Amino acid sequence: MSFNESQATQAAGVSTVMVAPPAAERVLDVRGLDFYYGKKQSLYGVDLPVARNKITALIGPSGCGKSTLLRTLNRIYDLYPGQRAEGQILFNGENILNAKDKPVDGAPVATSSRIGGDAAKLRARIGMVFQRPTPFPMSIYENIAFGVRLYRKVTKAEMDEIVEVSLTRAALWDEVKDQLDKSGLGLSGGQQQRLCVARGIAVQPEILLLDEPASALDPLSTSKLEAALMELKDSLTIVIVTHNLQQAARICDYTGFMLLGRLVEFRPSSDAFVKPETEAMRDYVTGRYG
Amino acid sequence: MADAAVSLVQAGPQRIEDSPGASSTGRKDAIFHGLCFSAAMVLMATLAGLLISLAVGGWPAISHFGLQFFTSSEWNPSGTPDHPEFYGAAGPIVGTLITALVAMLFALPLAIGIAVFLVEFCPKSIEHWVAIAVELLAGIPSIVYGMWGLFVLAPWFEEHVMTPLRLVAMDHPGGFADHLMTGASSGSNIFTASIILAIMVLPFIATVFRELLLSVPTHVREASYGMGCTPFEVVANIMLPYIRKSAVGAAMLGLGRALGETMAVTFIIGNSHAFPKGVFDSGSTIASTIANEFAEATGDLHTSALIALGFVLFVITFSVLAAARLLLGQETQ
Amino acid sequence: MATTETLTAKNLAAGQLPGSAVDRYARRKLINYIFVGLTSIATAVAITALVMILYSLVAKGFSGLNLTVFTVDTPAGGEDLGSGGLRNAIVGSLMICAMGMLLAVSIGIMAGTWLAEYGDGNKLATIVRFLNDVLLSAPSILIGLFAYELFVVPFHGGSAIAGAIALAIVTTPVVTRTTEDILRLQSSQLREAGVALGAGKGLVIRSIIWRASRTGLVTGGLLGFARMSGETAPLLFTTAGNQFFSMNVTQPIASLPYTIANFALSADDNWRRLAWVASLLIAAAVLSANIIGRHLARGSQNK
Repeated sequence: MSFNESQATQAAGVSTVMVAPPAAERVLDVRGLDFYYGKKQSLYGVDLPVARNKITALIGPSGCGKSTLLRTLNRIYDLYPGQRAEGQILFNGENILNAKDKPVDGAPVATSSRIGGDAAKLRARIGMVFQRPTPFPMSIYENIAFGVRLYRKVTKAEMDEIVEVSLTRAALWDEVKDQLDKSGLGLSGGQQQRLCVARGIAVQPEILLLDEPASALDPLSTSKLEAALMELKDSLTIVIVTHNLQQAARICDYTGFMLLGRLVEFRPSSDAFVKPETEAMRDYVTGRYG
Repeated sequence: MADAAVSLVQAGPQRIEDSPGASSTGRKDAIFHGLCFSAAMVLMATLAGLLISLAVGGWPAISHFGLQFFTSSEWNPSGTPDHPEFYGAAGPIVGTLITALVAMLFALPLAIGIAVFLVEFCPKSIEHWVAIAVELLAGIPSIVYGMWGLFVLAPWFEEHVMTPLRLVAMDHPGGFADHLMTGASSGSNIFTASIILAIMVLPFIATVFRELLLSVPTHVREASYGMGCTPFEVVANIMLPYIRKSAVGAAMLGLGRALGETMAVTFIIGNSHAFPKGVFDSGSTIASTIANEFAEATGDLHTSALIALGFVLFVITFSVLAAARLLLGQETQ
Repeated sequence: MATTETLTAKNLAAGQLPGSAVDRYARRKLINYIFVGLTSIATAVAITALVMILYSLVAKGFSGLNLTVFTVDTPAGGEDLGSGGLRNAIVGSLMICAMGMLLAVSIGIMAGTWLAEYGDGNKLATIVRFLNDVLLSAPSILIGLFAYELFVVPFHGGSAIAGAIALAIVTTPVVTRTTEDILRLQSSQLREAGVALGAGKGLVIRSIIWRASRTGLVTGGLLGFARMSGETAPLLFTTAGNQFFSMNVTQPIASLPYTIANFALSADDNWRRLAWVASLLIAAAVLSANIIGRHLARGSQNK
């Protein structure tokens, strides 16, 4: 996984080769994003347009910044002191990085539809699924109800319905409908991951971020997960980080290739994999750099 | 099903805006954070309060006797007009240091031996049981060690060690045994107190050492075995040097415990405040003196002298423990 | 070091070492055997000590044990061997420990949570962690003195509450330390998953992280209880002892460790008998709490 210097300078020097979706279709628009882990910069002026109701893939070698980029989109990095992002991330036209609106514990909720500085509200609308399955230590039912209860008061009947719908859309309902009271920790890895997807969509986000969701799964579980994602595309936007190029080509509408903290190439997947324009992406896609 | 999904999606964002819970959740979180923070501050305040109360309570005695409090070994609570009460803490201070150091002399090699045995040689089938035994030894309360020392170890020691030595000493005046028996009293003495202390701190040091040995990266161990080293050579030349600094910390952690151990020592050390004449002489430690006398302290000066002793013990143990923690880093307990 | 023979291609090929190397190998092996022997002896010494102590406890404790131990209060001196019991001391110990645990667990878990979840990159947390580690091993007799100054002097007398607070001060650092260690075992992704749903950090800790760490927290509590129930020194000046049965928390109270300290050093055979019985009871409580705690900890690690 080493890149020689000429490619590093190429990545640094050349601006992104971009075939972006029309501005009107973008639900999320990242502009000139820099990211720092303490003093170390790991993203350099990234522009990333995310089209509504499409699946956008981020690919690239390990350490290229694709997970970092994903983690800025719902500001999960806020959890860690010393990590910060500069630039713009426009979500429905509003910059969610607006520094002076930094969330404070106990801050009042804005009454408008603006996110304001409320990271919790942002995360309700931009959900996330992680590399390893993260079921909460409670029953399958409660795993899903937990997130829903954060935002609304619902009756038992409504909750039952939400749980069923969410599990169905995550292609898990048939497998677990008889054991909703069992611990989520007892499911297989693939089931756990789909449970996490169900948990994420139960809150009804506009965008779902997935950070290498299939890297810990076997091929069968992976294909079930992919099928679920294709279904979900109707009602929400998906951004997925993946190591699996076939997966990106199979299910994604747009693909962004990242290298050394920069977005090198961004195009519709149909073109991107057939004839990559930059040498770096060509090398990556043909497997020269793994 | 699809209908339900659509209706839920449409209901989504608006309901989130109306959420009554969100801001109260934020407030709850802030309160929770505050509670956790306060709890941590209570801990800080406790340690500070401990130091202050000992310093304030002990000040009258220290200011009254000055440097003599530390250098004199006269400890006389029952004052008479021509012989006023006097408190010099040299006896208990020296007793504390001697018992702790002698205890470490026994405990340290044993603890290293146990840790190495558990990590390198112990058959897998009994490892679990040996580890439990060591944990149990650490779990036995101080006062139970005291009971055992008082009623089992001390009588045995007097009968089987001191009596023969005494006979030898009588036959050879001025010989080694005679020196050893200088000032010897009963089986309850500084030496047996040290043995009890050694048994008590042994499992703590062994446990920390074991963790340290296990922290040596596998590839370092495997590389040395791969060169054909015997287990002894791997342990002595590779692993022990590897953990050198933390090992000193582990030893000091044990020393810190030995210095402050109270009940077991109080039961067996014989409790005399005089400066000890030999290792088989009865003596006292700071902790045992406080335990013995505080409840029946006769006057303000006596009470203050005992608290001043406590302050001295605090300073000694705090320095040792602080040094131990710094050497160990924050990782191991 | 000077070897006259050198490794030649010939004897290497035959898989042989020069004669001096064989000697050297034998010596190295011998040293190693001695070393193995010494470490085994060290372990045997520790186990022997444990067995001897447990044997004395069982032999002397069980022989003095009878039903009246649990039904009758501590006797006055000079009574017949076998008379009197430990009822007031047992109840007193239970009361003091229950109050002490309540304090220690609530403060310890909160403080440990602060260190693990809010303390990263925080200088103050580093200091608190350090001081907690020092307090963890601080001599308990000093904590007794401190509690005396703070809770006995102002109220002109010892009480069950003062004893409970003293024990809580001894135990809180244990609980704090275990709590922090246990919470740090939880993956950061689990925390992120909660936050990514939009839950506040505090809610994630309370309803996800604490729940996932349940077993570990119980273990921490048990180990704290084990430490607390055997502690004697902090009780000497704070509870003032009580020959009679009392459940009044503001009054002096009896306890098992205090009773041992009083009875063991007397010349009264009946008191000494009860001191051994009390030692057996304490040791049984402490050791079983230890064993259950460690067992739980192992079980949860294996998962």
